[in-house]
Amino acid sequence: MKREVVKFIIFAALVMLAPLPLKQSYLLNVLVFVGINTLLAVALNLLLGFAGQISLGHAAFFGMGAYLSGILTANFGLNPWLIIVLAAVTVGGLAFVLGFPILKLKGHYLAMATLGFGIIFYIVFNETIGLTGGPSGLPGIPNLAIGSLTFDNDLKNYYLIWGVTLLTILLCVNLAHSRIGRALRAIHDSEVAARVMGVNVRLLKVQIFALSAAISAVAGSLYAHTMTFISPTSFGFNFSVELVTMVIIGGLGSIYGSFLGAALLTLLPELLRAFRDYDIIAYGALLVFMTIFMPGGLVRGIPDLMLFLWSRLTGKRGGNAQTG
Amino acid sequence: MLRLADVTMTFGGLTALQDFSMTARRGEITGIIGPNGAGKTTLFNIVSGIYTQTTGKVFLEERDISGMPPERLASLGMVRTFQNIELFGQLTVLENVMVGRHTRSNSGIFACAFKLPNHLREERQIREQALKWLEFAGIADLCQVTAANLPFGKGRLLEIARALALEPRLLLMDEPAAGLNSRETLELALLIKRIRDIGVTVVLVEHDMELVMDVCDAIVVLNLGCKLATGTPRQIQENPAVIAAYLGE
Repeated sequence: MKREVVKFIIFAALVMLAPLPLKQSYLLNVLVFVGINTLLAVALNLLLGFAGQISLGHAAFFGMGAYLSGILTANFGLNPWLIIVLAAVTVGGLAFVLGFPILKLKGHYLAMATLGFGIIFYIVFNETIGLTGGPSGLPGIPNLAIGSLTFDNDLKNYYLIWGVTLLTILLCVNLAHSRIGRALRAIHDSEVAARVMGVNVRLLKVQIFALSAAISAVAGSLYAHTMTFISPTSFGFNFSVELVTMVIIGGLGSIYGSFLGAALLTLLPELLRAFRDYDIIAYGALLVFMTIFMPGGLVRGIPDLMLFLWSRLTGKRGGNAQTG
Repeated sequence: MLRLADVTMTFGGLTALQDFSMTARRGEITGIIGPNGAGKTTLFNIVSGIYTQTTGKVFLEERDISGMPPERLASLGMVRTFQNIELFGQLTVLENVMVGRHTRSNSGIFACAFKLPNHLREERQIREQALKWLEFAGIADLCQVTAANLPFGKGRLLEIARALALEPRLLLMDEPAAGLNSRETLELALLIKRIRDIGVTVVLVEHDMELVMDVCDAIVVLNLGCKLATGTPRQIQENPAVIAAYLGE
């Protein structure tokens, strides 16, 4: 447990110091999105990495949070902070109810069902033009504010979003090292044995699905208030797949892995600008390469790679070094 | 402790168990034996809540537990092991046994995430108890090993330690000696007797006759879904119907 505390403090310190050399650059803006995506990836990891249940519809929960916040603050002028809490509770509650029938399914069938509701909500965002503005989007969402402090630039938003993300990471790390975390990983490995040990598998899956959805909704609310404009394209099937990719690339069941995955997938399109029109090929090739050579994700792949290189450099045949 | 009354189980047209009744007495080791396909595993899956019988009832200390799911049975103090050991492969040995304390702890998601004081106290107890049961099974030295990397024999012991961590009243063991070498089987026999001696009622299905005759206080013989005989190991060994079923007439 001590090691987890040290890890978190180092991570939090790096996150807090990162903007200092960046000032108001474009990179800072990208890092704000890394924060939101990390929050989403950590939420999905609870479900996918720990409990081993896939969701191809998480962008819908993200979208619901964004639209609830957007509509109720831009059109009805309600208190944004209150709405964030309301969005988390509503979306979490909805996921809880949806979860009972959906999480009975396993494997491909679960993927299909979550894909289905993801698409349904995407259509709802597009078609309920009176509420969401439809495909042309919903403008005029206010920035969040505490008293006279308005979160209206990248630096302020960076600290706001990373504050929430760090808090969530801390809570998820705690959860991972508790009886609940162990029970979730137990479900992943052997559902029948987990049941025999007295884990209420069905209820726990639904609870973690709801928690994951609630965190995603908070990410959506923060996204809406940061962007001040949202449109359905941000909450489609592609983004759901991207979230799953972040979690897998980062490392299933690793909270900090989710950060690495989110960071890579957010920064990569920026870095691949050099390839111009071929960026999507480079992107695809990298993902294929990573899944083949780093099946444990970045979080295990990077140390393995470094050990391997080190043993090559020093000319020693490293006993434990693997290319992973 | 455990009583089955006229349990019948059919899969489509196949009758796996026919009007089967038996009793396992408290504090004893009861063995269930029978040729392959006799219905032993079906019986176990019914008692442990994985299948629901077609007709008949199952009682745990006179409480009707027919059709209860495994997680309810666990909280009533009944636990089982599996023929092809079912470990949590990605968890360490210690963590596996800590999952066994699930019914003996109750911190929710909120308490765990916010590290409330109750949860921290509970977590310490879970760890202590888990270590205690690992020592009981003689594998405490392996506690940091990932379960998937254990050799088969140690995996079996881990599964037993994990089941005991639940502090069950009744332990069901499905072919505990399957896949073990003769030395490991001897150690297993001692362990099963020690489990009885701490007051846990044991019911086991087993093919290894030497083990069954050595450890069991009572034996039930199944053949073709029906009860063939019951009695002490000596009575069973001398029972002509049992000899006929095993050796053929």
